[in-house]
Amino acid sequence: MTTRTITVISAGLGQPSSTRLLADRLAEATTSRLTERGHEVDLEVVELRDHARSLANTLLTGFATGPLGEVVERVGSSDGLVAVTPVFSASYSGLFKLFFDVLDPDLLVGTPVLAGATGGTARHSLALEHAVRPLFSYLRSVVVPTAVYAAPEDWAGGGADTALADRIGRAAEELAALVSTREPGVADRRDGFEQPTPFEDLLFGDQR
Amino acid sequence: MQFGIFSVGDVTPDPTNGTTPTEAERIRAMVRIALKAEEVGLDVFATGEHHNPPFVPSSPTTMLGYVAARTERLILSTATTLITTNDPVKIAEDFAMLQHLADGRVDLMLGRGNTGPVYPWFGQDIRQGIPLAIENYHLLHRLWREDVVDWEGRFRTPLQSFTSTPRPLDGVPPFVWHGSIRSPEIAEQAAYYGDGFFANNIFWPKEHFARLIELYRTRFEHYGHGSADQAIVGLGGQVFLRRNSQDAVREFRPYFDNAPVYGHGPSLEEFTEQTPLTVGSPQEAIDRTLRFREYFGDYQRQLFLVDHAGLPLKTVLEQLDLLGEEVIPVLRREFESLRPAHVPTAPTHESLRARGAQGTTTPEEGTA
Repeated sequence: MTTRTITVISAGLGQPSSTRLLADRLAEATTSRLTERGHEVDLEVVELRDHARSLANTLLTGFATGPLGEVVERVGSSDGLVAVTPVFSASYSGLFKLFFDVLDPDLLVGTPVLAGATGGTARHSLALEHAVRPLFSYLRSVVVPTAVYAAPEDWAGGGADTALADRIGRAAEELAALVSTREPGVADRRDGFEQPTPFEDLLFGDQR
Repeated sequence: MQFGIFSVGDVTPDPTNGTTPTEAERIRAMVRIALKAEEVGLDVFATGEHHNPPFVPSSPTTMLGYVAARTERLILSTATTLITTNDPVKIAEDFAMLQHLADGRVDLMLGRGNTGPVYPWFGQDIRQGIPLAIENYHLLHRLWREDVVDWEGRFRTPLQSFTSTPRPLDGVPPFVWHGSIRSPEIAEQAAYYGDGFFANNIFWPKEHFARLIELYRTRFEHYGHGSADQAIVGLGGQVFLRRNSQDAVREFRPYFDNAPVYGHGPSLEEFTEQTPLTVGSPQEAIDRTLRFREYFGDYQRQLFLVDHAGLPLKTVLEQLDLLGEEVIPVLRREFESLRPAHVPTAPTHESLRARGAQGTTTPEEGTA
């Protein structure tokens, strides 16, 4: 039995928030799908709200320190990511974007990502497709085909709304399938510190 | 151990009264600060190089030449000289000339520069930052060591039968430090040549710089220049001192809060905890600086940033008095007593001349 590390990023502002609610449902579904496949799951949910000031400071100083630094470290070594944002002004929230702005652009290369969003009306659901998905495409992450949007009406019926539950299940299944086949903890990027490029390659690399 | 100061050369309004020095005043202040550094017993003055307002030092060797004429012992250096956008031929000529005028009291720190438009202004592409730093320095290294150079590269017009003049003083090229905030490639480069490595260190986490320095030390040993703990390391630092700690905090806070680089971000308290910035008494600066050695190993050069964010010249000169009278003498004694015998001090013109007489080679010279 091998362990898979999943980090859930929630950019909800309220406490509790519907964004966190959706994030928890996605986390729970992903965990159970991975467990069914015989994996242990190391799951952590990160509320970006707790790091709001650190995020602004990091933009100014250039380095994430303290608890935010630990989150960045964990995200970089995660086998899969669940990222959920409220929709603000037809896109992800500023807080959500701030987090991805302070990451090294190569940090999430090849990382499977499940994207989710919440909003005041179902009319914003395509923000997932025109804003969130391109963000992860830029970061060269692998976004699962099903993105999950939850509007207020989706929460009706005491969680028995099958349409939302179905979408959560399908998205979790897609993420679990990707994460399950991926070598655990192997980032698809070269670590320049662990494996420095030998100087002769830096100097003459283009001539070889 | 060498101690000194490095100046960014920013023209910044004093946030406590709104006054902004003119360029002339700021340039004269930088010179005054450099002269004061020698008066109070510091070893090194290093100036930045910038090509955009609000910075004045676009022409470092001109300023350092003037300082050289008015000092006796001070080592004149840079922090940093832009190896990406300057012509390496001009760097070779300018610093060799400065070396002659300053009787060898010259070294330089190379950096890539992080101001995007400077690259196109000087005909370069920022995406080629690392390749530019690698190739340009390779040429600079040869220009100072070979009397006649034939050369062709990707970034500069080719050279046939070129001799860079004047030749380095006593045939000893200026010692070079490679400065880096992030890039392992630059640590690798410094290690390859057996040059110094300077970790700016103004922003932590210290773990980041510890990793960069560790890489440099390991590769320095790999390339056969000595053991890892004999590699030549320099560190930046930042202090604001008053005899009484509370006075220092009270006086520095408005400058910190409005500083061009990190102002309006982390609090002074957060920043002093997370970075090497020390705002307090001389004893606090001593304790903090001695701790750098515990993280990074024995090192050879410590530069402090003291004259930025609109601090008045009078205040900066008082900082230098405190550094010279109360901080540096203690640090000198402590670092010297802790340094193992096999760990070298920072290279100087004299030490390099003596070493050259013994005929040591770099791996490049050994394999060429």
